[in-house]
Amino acid sequence: MATKVVMAQLSPTMEEGKLLEWKVAEGDRVEASDLLAEIETDKANMDIEALGGGVVLKILVEEGQTVPVGALIGIIGEEGEDISALLEEAAAAASVASGAVEPGFPEEADAVVPPAPPEAPPPAAPVPPVVEPPHSKAGESSVTGTVKASPVARRMADDAGLRVSDIQGSGPGGRVVKRDVEAAIAAGGTVARATEPSGGAAVAHAGAPSGPRRLADETLEPSQMRKAIARRLVTSIGPVPHFFLTTEIDMGRALELRKALNARLTGGKIGVNDVLVKVAAEALARHPEINASWEGDTIRRHGSVDIGIAVAIEDGLITPVLRAADRKGLLEISTEASELIGRAREKRLLPEEYQGATFSVSNLGMFDIDQFTAIINPPEAAILAVGGTIEKPVVVDGEIEVRPRMRVTMSCDHRVIDGATGARFLETFKAMLENPLELVL
Amino acid sequence: MAEKLDVLVIGAGPAGYVCAIRAAQLGLRTGCVEASNYEGGLGGTCLNWGCIPAKALLESAALAQNLKDHGAEMGVRAEHVVYDLGAAVDRSRFISDKLTSGIRFLFKKNKVELFEGRGRVTAPGAVEVTPEEGDPYTVETANIVVATGATMTSFPGFEIDGAKVIGSREALALRSPPERMVVVGGGYVGVEFADVFNAFGVDVTIVEMLDTLVPVSDPEVGKTLARSFKKRGMTIKTGTRVVSLDREASPMVLTVESSKGEEKLETDLVLMAVGRKPVIHGVGLDELGVERNGPWVRIDEWCQTSVPGIYAIGDVAGQPMLAHKGSHEGIVAAERIAGVAEHPIRYDNIPSVGYCHPEVASIGMTEEEAREAGYEVKVGKYPLTAHGRALTAGHNEGFVKIIADARYGEILGVHMIGYNVSELIGEAGMARALESTVEELAAHPHAHPSMAEALMEAALAAMDRAIHI
Repeated sequence: MATKVVMAQLSPTMEEGKLLEWKVAEGDRVEASDLLAEIETDKANMDIEALGGGVVLKILVEEGQTVPVGALIGIIGEEGEDISALLEEAAAAASVASGAVEPGFPEEADAVVPPAPPEAPPPAAPVPPVVEPPHSKAGESSVTGTVKASPVARRMADDAGLRVSDIQGSGPGGRVVKRDVEAAIAAGGTVARATEPSGGAAVAHAGAPSGPRRLADETLEPSQMRKAIARRLVTSIGPVPHFFLTTEIDMGRALELRKALNARLTGGKIGVNDVLVKVAAEALARHPEINASWEGDTIRRHGSVDIGIAVAIEDGLITPVLRAADRKGLLEISTEASELIGRAREKRLLPEEYQGATFSVSNLGMFDIDQFTAIINPPEAAILAVGGTIEKPVVVDGEIEVRPRMRVTMSCDHRVIDGATGARFLETFKAMLENPLELVL
Repeated sequence: MAEKLDVLVIGAGPAGYVCAIRAAQLGLRTGCVEASNYEGGLGGTCLNWGCIPAKALLESAALAQNLKDHGAEMGVRAEHVVYDLGAAVDRSRFISDKLTSGIRFLFKKNKVELFEGRGRVTAPGAVEVTPEEGDPYTVETANIVVATGATMTSFPGFEIDGAKVIGSREALALRSPPERMVVVGGGYVGVEFADVFNAFGVDVTIVEMLDTLVPVSDPEVGKTLARSFKKRGMTIKTGTRVVSLDREASPMVLTVESSKGEEKLETDLVLMAVGRKPVIHGVGLDELGVERNGPWVRIDEWCQTSVPGIYAIGDVAGQPMLAHKGSHEGIVAAERIAGVAEHPIRYDNIPSVGYCHPEVASIGMTEEEAREAGYEVKVGKYPLTAHGRALTAGHNEGFVKIIADARYGEILGVHMIGYNVSELIGEAGMARALESTVEELAAHPHAHPSMAEALMEAALAAMDRAIHI
C-alpha cells in the first residue's frame, strides 16, 4: 500500500517547513531510514527519512517551496501502484489549506511520517503508521505519548504547548513530573530543567558520607547566534568544526606531588596521566560549558564528568571511560584507570565501559611527542592532546631555569565552545597543574 | 567493646527501628540503643503507649458502640452487656507485647545489634550507653541517627500527676473508667480517647482552643465529627481555652473560657491531649552544637543535622510527629548514609488519620490553604448518606472531599470523615504521589460496593460528573 510522506513536525514550535533539497527522485527505490529530503525548519535544517521501503512514486513539493506541517510532500509505494486517490486528496487538502489559517494534518492521514526526534535511532524496520486522533492538535498531543510522565505533568505540558518528550524527567526512572514541566515553562519553552539532583545540592556537610552525585543532564536552547555559528562552521570544517588551543604547562609541582604521594603508597602507583585526568575532571566541573555536546537543536550539558582515556591497542585505539572523575580521588582514579586500560589492551571492555565519555584525554608523551592535535570523538565537545614532559630552559623571574614543561593542545567543537571559553578552561587546567594544592580546595 | 559500627541509631521507635533495619539491609554494621522507659521501650511510644494500644482500645469502643447503636436493628440483640475496660486494656497490652517482641526478632534476623540502655552522644562518632545495671560504656560509630522521639507535655497548672490529671500514657492503662472526664485538646489524640471513654460509659467533655475539632483537617471534617460526638452524648466545647484547675476540690473544678465568658466544669478526671515535645535534653546534642528548629532538631531533606555524621529522624526531628513520617525518615537516613538515597520525603504528602468513630483522614491542603496558595480550586464533595457500603455498615455519616486544581485537575488535598476512611487515605496519597488528576481517580473502576467508591465519586464530583449525588 502506498504511504504518504508528509512535512513532519521536527521541532515543537515548527508550523511549516521549507523543502531545501530532495535526496531522491521519482522512480528511485528507497529503504527504511534512507534520507528522503532536507527540510529547513524555524530552528535548523533537518532530514526526513523513509520509514519503510518502496519506490518514490510521486514528488509533490518542489525544492524551495514552503508547506505547512502535515502537508503531503511525496508518495512511496510499489511500482505501478494506483495513487490517483491519494493525489486527488492531496489536491483537495491543498486547496483547503491555501484558504485555511491554521496548518493541519490531511484529514485522513493514515500514514503520517512521525516527526523523527534527532536523537532517535533510525527505525530498524518499517514503523507502523501513527494515526492521529481526529481531535489532535497540530503537534502531537503529549497525552498520547509513551514517555513516562505524570498526568498532571502531561496536562500542564499540553496546556503550555510543550511535549513531555522534550522535557527531562526528574522523577523515579526519569518520569516527567510537575516540577519538571514548571521548570521548562519557567525556562521559556522546551528547555529541560536543571533538575534538583537526588544527591547533589544536598551534600551539605563536608565529611559526611554523601550520596552519589547524579546530576541530570541539562539541555540548553542555543541562541540564534550560536545556531548560526553552528550552521556556518560545519560548512567549512564538518561535521564537527574543530579549532585548537595550545598551552605549555610547568609540571614541576605536579611531578613533586605525584612523587610525594607515591612515596606514601604501598600498593599501586599514581601515574602522570592519572593526575592529568583528575585535574581535567576538576577543571571540567568548574567549566561545565566544556563538558557538553552539540545535539542539532540543543546543547546538552552533561551532569556527570566522564573522561575517556585514549588507549592505543593493536589495530587501533579505544577510550575506556572513567565515570564521575571529578568525584573521585587520585588513588581511585589511578586504580580504576589502570584496571580499565589493562582490560582495554586485552580487548575485554564492555560497551558501556568505552561509550558515553563527555571529554577525552589522549597522551602521546611516552612516544616522545612534544605536541599534537587530536580529533574530537563526537558527541564530546573537546579532547585534550598531551605531549611529553620535557626539561627545557625557561625564563623564571628574569633567570634562565631548567624546568619540566608539558604542552597540551585542546581540540574544541566550535559549535559548543568558543575560543575564549576554551581558553578559560585551559587556564584553570594549567593553574591547577602548576599549583596542585588547588585540587584540595 | 565491639568493633566500630557504621550506624548507631538511638531509639527503637517506629523511626529508629525501621532506620536500623534498613541500614542493616544495606550491608551497614548497625546498632540500636534502646532503654525501656515509662512511655517507650522497643517499638517506641507507638507500639508501647501510643498508636497500637490506642487502636486496640478503639476497636473495643467500636464494638461496644455498635452493639448499643445497631445491635438490635442488625439482628444481634445483646442483653446484660458488661463493659469491662480492664479487659480491653489487657487485650491492648497483649497486642503491644506481641509487636514489640517482633522487633527483637527483626533485629536478630537483620543482624542489628541491640544495646540496652540510655544513649547519649558524647562526640561525633561516639555514643555512651548507660545500661540499667552496670557501668556506662562507649560505642564507636561512623554515623549516629538520633531517634529519641517525643514525650507527653502539658500546661502550667495542668501538670500531669497520673491520678487526677493524666496524659495518653495513663489513659491507655486506665482500667476503671471515671464517671466524668474532660479531655483537653481536640486533636487526633484527644478525639480518640474521647471516643473510647464515651463508649465505655464515661460522661466526656472535649475542650478545644481552636474553632473545630481535628483542626489540621478541613473545618467541615471537624464540624461533622463534633455533630456525631454530640449525638453520642459528648459535650464539645470548641473555641474554648482552659484557664485553671482546682484539683483539691471534690469533684475537681475546671475553669474554661470562651467568647461567651468563663465557665466552671465539674469533673473527676482531666486528660491532657495537647501535644508532645521532642526528647532532646540528655541526648548530648546541645553540647555538640546541633542546631535546633524551634523545639526540634534541625535537619535537611536527607535528615542530616548541622553536625556532620549526626542524623535525626522521627518526632525529635520535627512535625508532623507521626509514626509513618518517622519511619520514612528512617529509611531516607539509612539510604543516605549508604549512599543510595534517591528521593527525599515529600513532606506535603503525609497522611494524618484519627481513628475515632467516624474516622477522619486528611492529606494535602485544605480548601482554604489551596485558595491561599493561589490555586483556582474545584471541590468535589461526596456525602456518604446514601453510599451503599456505608449504609450496609450502619455508618453513613460523613463525606469525602477532594480539593482539585481547576486548571489541571491536580489533587491538592483530600479530607474525609466516615466509616473506615483511614483505609482510603492510602489511595489518595498514592494518587497524589503519582501526580494523578481527578480524571484518573474517576476513570479507575473501583470495586463495588466499597468505601473506595466514595473517593471515585468525589473525583467525579470535582468534574461535575458525580453519578450518585
